Order: sequence, then structure tokens, then C-alpha cells
Amino acid sequence: MVDVSTDGNITKTVGKLSIVVVAMFAFVFVVMVPLYDVLCDALGINGKTNGERYQVVESAIDSNREIRIQFVATNNAGMPWEFRPTDSVMKVNPGAANNTVFYARNPLAKDMVAQAIPSISPSRAAEYFHKTECFCFNQQPLAAGEQADMALQFIIDQDLPRDIHTITLSYTIFDVTAMAAANAPVAMR
Amino acid sequence: MHSQARRLFKLALSPVLLLLGLLSTGALAEEAQRWQMNLSPGVTEVGAEIYELHMIVIWICVVIGVVVFGAMFYSVFTHRKSKGAKPADFHESTAVEIAWTVVPFIILIVMAFPATKTLLEVYNFEDTELDILVTGYQWKWKYEYIDENGENVAFFSNLRTGKTEIYNEDGKGEHYLREVDEPLVLPVNTKVRFLVTANDVIHSWWVPSLAVKKDAIPGFINETWSKPLKTGVYRGQCAELCGRDHGYMPIVVHVVEQDEYDSWLAGKKVKAAKIKSLMDKQFTLDEQMVAGKTVYNQYCVACHGVNGEGGIGNAIAGSSIATGDIYGHIDMGVNGVPGTAMQAFGAQLNDVDMAAVLTFQRNAFGNNMGDIIQPIDVYNFKQGQ
Amino acid sequence: MGAHGPATQGLMRWVTTTNHKDIGTMYLWFSFAMFIMGGAFAMIIRAELFQPGLQIVEPEFFNQMTTMHGLVMVFGAIMPSFVGLANWMIPMMIGAPDMALPRMNNLSFWILPPTFLLLASTLFMEGGAPNFGWTFYAPLSTTYAPDTVTFFIFGVHLMGLSSIMGSINIIATVVNLRAPGMTYMKMPMFVWTWLITAFLLIAVMPVLAGLVTMMLMDIHFGTSFFSAAGGGDPVLFQHVFWFFGHPEVYIIILPAFGVVSQIIPTFARKPLFGYDSMVYATASIAFLSFIVWAHHMYTVGMPVAGELFFMYATMLIAVPTGVKVFNWITTMWKGSMTFETPMLFSIGFVFLFTIGGFTGVMLSLAPVDFQYHDSYFVVAHFHYVMVAGAVFSMSAAVYYWLPKWCGKMYNESMGKAHFWISFVGFNLTFFPQHFLGLAGMPRRIPDYALQFTDFNTMSSIGAFIYGSSQILFLFNVVRTIVAGKPTSEEKTWEGAEGLEWTVPTPAPYHTFSTPPEVK
Repeated sequence: MVDVSTDGNITKTVGKLSIVVVAMFAFVFVVMVPLYDVLCDALGINGKTNGERYQVVESAIDSNREIRIQFVATNNAGMPWEFRPTDSVMKVNPGAANNTVFYARNPLAKDMVAQAIPSISPSRAAEYFHKTECFCFNQQPLAAGEQADMALQFIIDQDLPRDIHTITLSYTIFDVTAMAAANAPVAMR
Repeated sequence: MHSQARRLFKLALSPVLLLLGLLSTGALAEEAQRWQMNLSPGVTEVGAEIYELHMIVIWICVVIGVVVFGAMFYSVFTHRKSKGAKPADFHESTAVEIAWTVVPFIILIVMAFPATKTLLEVYNFEDTELDILVTGYQWKWKYEYIDENGENVAFFSNLRTGKTEIYNEDGKGEHYLREVDEPLVLPVNTKVRFLVTANDVIHSWWVPSLAVKKDAIPGFINETWSKPLKTGVYRGQCAELCGRDHGYMPIVVHVVEQDEYDSWLAGKKVKAAKIKSLMDKQFTLDEQMVAGKTVYNQYCVACHGVNGEGGIGNAIAGSSIATGDIYGHIDMGVNGVPGTAMQAFGAQLNDVDMAAVLTFQRNAFGNNMGDIIQPIDVYNFKQGQ
Repeated sequence: MGAHGPATQGLMRWVTTTNHKDIGTMYLWFSFAMFIMGGAFAMIIRAELFQPGLQIVEPEFFNQMTTMHGLVMVFGAIMPSFVGLANWMIPMMIGAPDMALPRMNNLSFWILPPTFLLLASTLFMEGGAPNFGWTFYAPLSTTYAPDTVTFFIFGVHLMGLSSIMGSINIIATVVNLRAPGMTYMKMPMFVWTWLITAFLLIAVMPVLAGLVTMMLMDIHFGTSFFSAAGGGDPVLFQHVFWFFGHPEVYIIILPAFGVVSQIIPTFARKPLFGYDSMVYATASIAFLSFIVWAHHMYTVGMPVAGELFFMYATMLIAVPTGVKVFNWITTMWKGSMTFETPMLFSIGFVFLFTIGGFTGVMLSLAPVDFQYHDSYFVVAHFHYVMVAGAVFSMSAAVYYWLPKWCGKMYNESMGKAHFWISFVGFNLTFFPQHFLGLAGMPRRIPDYALQFTDFNTMSSIGAFIYGSSQILFLFNVVRTIVAGKPTSEEKTWEGAEGLEWTVPTPAPYHTFSTPPEVK
């Protein structure tokens, strides 16, 4: 009914299509996920700042321009720590180095580890918000009842678009005690 | 034949006109009305622009629909075999294909201009005057007014409709499912910036009259803004499936005159300061033991015994709860055990007294845990619920 | 001519068959059973929404109903029904003896019943069935999901495998087994639309598989694709999902377009207007479907440039879709029409699908979508295009080809009654939902504020009417097969064209064992 040459053609068609199927599956992991991260990083979309320490480049301070920085803290579900910014609002000049502190306390009877995740609004400001020191770079362990003042040092880039006057930096803390225990070779106290 | 077709056409047109009439009048009030068929312009300029755009598109679609469906139904009635119609045999025309590709394309371009303008307006955050952090929780909203001096005011906004109304035991109130215990209060004629995030899953903050809808994503912050031009009460709902009570976490916004807002905010700040002063206080173990014993003898002794030996209630001495996880112990004190004699004392004891009595329980009767529970711990626990 | 029947008898015939007609029949019956199950879930939803307050179910169960209704209808009813149609009709339409890979065809079908049995059984498992919407956004579907989410993921993989194999089969068949003389531009539109749909499926079903694999890894293997805590992002989920999800809705509708393109020329007794245009328009829709996905995400917090791009691209897709509608109407124009049931459903399709298209244009405008998104306006839109679109088209197809399949004529009065009751019931159910959305009612809620009562009550009544007419449909179909008036006309319909109308009625078990000559 179906001659041999058609059979061979069918096999070729099936072969090519199967490659497409596998390629599209791989596309998700190899292209979509990394591309999403790359684009977010490069364009500062959805306000993700990269977790990298900014290498300070000497630059002049623009004292004619004042940017309002708001600090906001959120606890993720099941995270009972007390967590708040000590400064709610700071007024800074682009190019200047600034310091602030976030206060955290673990009220429970067990040791815990937190991860603070930053998010910036407006999202296009993210690529101009340089952190030279941030408690969000690392996981933050706090023993039972322990409290800490966690440092944030940052510089606003001079090239921040002129129409941005207020930047909101939000931190959400997550309980990563289990994640940290799974990854850590050394047992937590 | 011809006049019959014309009569039919008029007959078909009248309900269309009726519908359009209803559409344009149904939505003048800010609060959604029964039988409301249309979007409302709301109380903002952007909302009015959105409404205009919406009406323009509807009219364009109506006109296209009348022409296209008119042609189709005309054909259905005229080009019938039963009327003796003989089928033509034309089956292609490049000119016609080009025409009905280009014309819709042009119509779309025309629509794109006002749509772009309105979108750019929505993304224009110039000159915002007030910042409010909106956090979606399962299943309620938290509002925090961000203050320049760190005197933030924060509170939760929970659905106020009771279970008896929901389960049809009582009659339903006028604002069934759209009423809350603590509404968001805003000053009129002020451009308010909303920072939207979430505590757990994705929620979405939607108030139609303020022309605002923004997703609340856990770990990320979104921004949107609104400038209400009229005082009043505006209601909205969560607009992203977020679990069991997605339909039960409404939003109520009171837009008031500036002076009313100022005095409301001042009152809230006084309350917040009071709590903060207590929260900031870190009591010593001795202070908590003394205060806690008083509270224990007032509230707990009847069921749990003078020496923590139990009775109607379980023993506190050696109790796995009083010597276990602090979180679990606070939970027991605040929420009790529904359906038993152990009430939810969170409603009866303020955070200072609750912290004291729990500390007392953890250290008295031989428990000797060495823990001190502070008022801020109880406060945080309640906030996180 | 190949007049002998199936090799085995009884149950084993159906289990082991590699015959495209048998497999097509099984797909169609399976999909109808799923349509009834999905419809039952819808009835529970509409019964609860009949009045404000909770009368029938708890909110947790309601969320399971909305989720399962969506999953079963999209993946269990609509998609398999059009695959069944493809199986029955494509070989006959191109003059081929069967599908290119008959044994894989059997496997593609038989994956489905156990998969949907598994999915349905999650309703009875601890924690309940999936309750996070058919769009299953993270983290509701990962961190906060019931245990049955793992079965859900497994089910999606299986069902995806079935779709992918089916699509490979369709492409291999159309590319390699066309009768001599049947060039691509001579193929019936139904074959064209399925060829293009099959390519869409091959491109995006693996993306869905990748997505649920990432979910599985987040839930069970400690990764953080979608959790901010580990450096991930819930919005990534939405981008990947809708990259699949938007082509998916065109996968649903393109074969429906193909059916209507077969039926209207038949009953207008006039060739399809603008065949070449129709082919190009279908291909354009398919290409464009890959670049519009984020119009499902306008409120997620995208930068304005992204919003504008997706808005313009989405508006653009209206152009080729409009071209198709104009071509159908021009096919009718100056034809000599009769209005048997397949034609009624096809005209109903053109009218109601276009209304769905209009609300689609409204939804494409990003700033206005801020008011429409996640409201009942969206629910109304997609039911217009999926029910009055795809389901009406499938009904039309069944009435159209049933005589060829079983050699019996269906009852025309009952068919017309099915159409009119469906038409009234459908519009009564879904037209008021536009108003509900505009008035501010969100979707996926089991209970609502009092001002939404009247249109909800109306919608629920409409749903019961629409549902009952499907029972009428079932009765008509079964009665036809069992005791319908026999017909042996090769060309059941006076104006019908195409190779399927040159074989005997009912179609023999094997057709075109020798390829026909196509001029």
C-alpha cells in the first residue's frame, strides 16, 4: 500500500520533527530561563537588581539633584522575624555613597536563616542602583532570640533618568533555614 | 421583497439600539449598581480616558459588526436556494483581499494612538504625593502609609461580612462581601503611588473606580498610581486566584477631604506610637514573671491550676507546648483551640499582657525554659496570621 | 477497493486497532465523554453562582471545579475531538489509505483514557484535586499546591506526549501521503489548518512539558525557578506558560476554522472564496501567535515598552482573522444556500466567533485591559471563541460527516432543535458575563456582591439550557447510528466537494488502498 520510498520519507519527516520536539523542550531550560534572567539583569525589568557587589568607580557627586529613596520591608509567609528599615526615607545625591541599616530579630527558640530579596520600583531604576554592601548578598543566619543590624551601602548612578525622583527599595525576607541546611556541609548550630 | 427586507432590518436594529442605550447609561454611579452593563469612568482622569477608549472601540466594533453581519444576514435571507437563487461561481479577487486587509489595518492604527497615549499616562509617575505599600496576604490586604520620618502607619484590612451571611443563615447586608474592618483612607485630589507586593502567592489589587489593577507578586514590588477627584467610598476585589478565600478579600477605599484625612492619619499615628513604645520595650525576665503571674491568676488559673497542675485544662507544668516552640505557644494563647474551652485569648489580652503570661508559663512550675517573650513577638505573630 | 472489515472482533479490536477510522471514532467518543464531565463541573459552578452566598459547595471545592472544568474541556474535550476529526478525515481528504504511523496513532489515543482517569481520580484524593486554575500560576501551584499537583504534572506530560505524537503523525501523513496530483495548494482547507496546527503543537507542547518539569523540580527537588527566595521569579512562570498558552488557543481554533471552510462552500453551493488568502491568513495567524503572549499579563508589572509591543502585535492578529471572516461571508454571498444543521452551526460560528473576536480586540488594548483583566469580561470572551467557536464547529462537523461515517442520516428536526436551543442557551449564559466583568466582578470566585446577582442568575439558567441541549445531541447521534434512516449516497450533500465524498457511504474500513487521481 505504501511504497518503500514513501516509508523512507516518512521516517525522515518523523526524525526531523522529533528533533524539533526535543529542541523545544531544551529551549525552555537552555534559552528561556537564562534569557529571562539576562534580560531582567540587563534591562532591570521587574526591578531585580543583580546580587553582585558593585565595584566602585570614582565619580563626582551631583549635588544639584536629590533623589528620594524609600525603604520598605516585607516578611514572606511563615517568616516571624521582626524586620524593618531604620530609615524609612533618605534623600541622596547621585554619585554619593550612602549607608543605612535594616534591623532584624529572630523571636523564636530555634536558629534560623533568612534570605532577603530586593526589588526596586520603578523597575527601570534598578540598573542605576548600585549596592556596594548589602545583607541581601548572603543568607543571614540568626540564632534563637538573636538580633542584628544589617548594613546596606549604595550609590545611585549619575545616569539615572532625569524623570525619576523617587526610588523604592523593597526587601522581602524568606525563611531559607531548610534550604541552607540542605546545602550546607557544616551543620547549623 | 425589498420593503420586507427593510422592515426586517429595522426590526433587527431596534434591540441593538436599545442595548446601546442601556450600555451608555448604566454606569454613572461609582458603586456598581444592579443590572450594571458597562464600565464606569470612575473618579479619576485616567479612568475617564480608559472609559472613552473603551466606548470608542465598542462603537467601532458595532459599526463593523452592523456592516459585516448586515451583509451576512442579507445574504442568508436573499441568496437562498428556496428563493430560486442560482449560485455564482466567483471565488477569488486579489483587489478585495487587499482591501479588507488594509482597511482593518488602518482602523487598528487609528485605535492604537489613543491607546498608546493612555498607556503612557498610566505609566507616568511624575509628582506623586503619597506612597502606600499594599501587601496581599491569604486572604486580606495590608496597607502601610510610608512616612518621611519613619512614622509609618500599617494595618490589616479584613473582610467584615460574617459567616452567617455567607452561609445564608442571616440576610445579606448592602455591602455583602465588599466591606472591611479597616478601609484604606486617601485624601482627595492627591496623586497616590501604590507599591504592591504579596506575602505568599500572587494576588491582584483592583479598584475599578480608581482605575487601578496591579498584580501583587511575592518577593517583588510593583507600582501604580491613582488620583481620585471625588470624595466617596470605592470598592474593589482581589483579581488573581490566590487560594480558598480569593473571593473574600475585598478592598474598600474612603476618599475624603484633606483635613479629614490629616486628622485620621494623626489619630492612627498616635495609636501606632503607643504600640511602638510598648513594642520597643524589652522587658526583663523578672519583670515578665511578676506581670505574668498576675495575668495567669486572672485568666488561666481556673482551668490550669494554681501550680500549673491542670484540671479542666491541661497541665502547664511540663507541658509540651509551654516547653516547646515559642511560635506554637503564642499560637495557643492567641488562637486557642476552637471547639474547646481553650478560648482565643488574643482578643481578650493585649500584647503586653499576653507576652507576660506566656513568659510566665514557660518559666514557672519547673518549666525553666529561660525564654522571654516580648510584646513585639505577640504583635508580629498576630500580624503574620 | 479494500472492503474487508477489522481483523479482530470485540473489545480487543478497539484496543489493538491501527485503523484511522476506528481511532478517529474512539477519539470522538472519548472527547464527548470528557465534554460531559467538564460540563458537569460547569453545572456545579453555575449552580453555586445561581445566587449569592454559599449553597452547594465550599470555596476549596469550587476552586477544584473551576480548575478541572478548564483542564478537562481544553485538554480532554476540545483538543481530542479535533484530533479525532483529523484522524477520520485527513487520510480520506488527501486520498491516503491511512495515517503515516498507524501504530503510534493507536498509542496516541490510548494514553488519554488512563490519563484523564488519573486526573479525575484526584478529586477523591486527600487534599483534593488541583485547585489553582487551569493556568496553574506559581507559587499557588508549587509551594501552596495540594499533593495531587504531582499527578497533575504527570497527567500533563502524558497528555502532551499524546498530542505531540498525534501531530507528528499528521504532518508525516500530509507531507508524504497525498495522492499524486494533490499539490499543497489543492488540499482542502481542513487539511491545511490541521497541518499548520500540528506544527504549532510540536513547537509549544514541549514548552508546556518543560514548564511542568520546572514545577516538579521546584516542588520536589529544591530548585527555585519560580520562588524569589532562591533567586527565581513567579513571573517567569507566566511568561513560559503563555508562550505555550497563546499558540494553544490558536491550536484550538484553527481546525475549527478548517471545518467551517469545508461546510460553508457545500451549503452555499459555491467554492470557498479566496482559497489562497485563507491559507496565507492561517499561516500568518500561526506565526503571529508566537509574539503576543504577554497580553495575558498586562497587569503583572511589565515595563511600558513591553506592554506597547505586545499590544501592537496582538492588535495585528485581528487582521488575518478578519480576512478569514470576510472570506466565509463572501463564500455565502450570491450562493444558493440551504440551511441544514451543519450550515446552521457554521453560520452561528461565524456570527458568534466574530463577536468573540471583537471583545478580543477590546482586550488587546492594554490600558483598558487593566479594567477587564481577570474579570468576567475575559470569561465571556474566551467562551465566545471556544464554545461558540470551536464547539459549534465540532457540532457542525459531526452532523456534516456522520452520514459518511455510519451510513445513516441524522434526524434533521432534532439537529435544528439542538442548534437553536444551543444558540439561545449559549448566549443567555455568556452574553451577560460581559456586563458582569464590566461592572467589576472578578473571575474564579464562588460568591459575589449583591449587585451581580441578576446577570449571574440569568447566566446559570442559560447554562442549564445549553447543557440540556447537548443531551439532545447525544440522543440524536446514538439514535442515528443505531436506527437512523440508511443512506448510501456517496455525496450526502448536493454541494459537497472533496475526495471523502467519492468513497461509498458508509465509508469502507479501508479507503484509497489505491491512490486516486487528482486533477
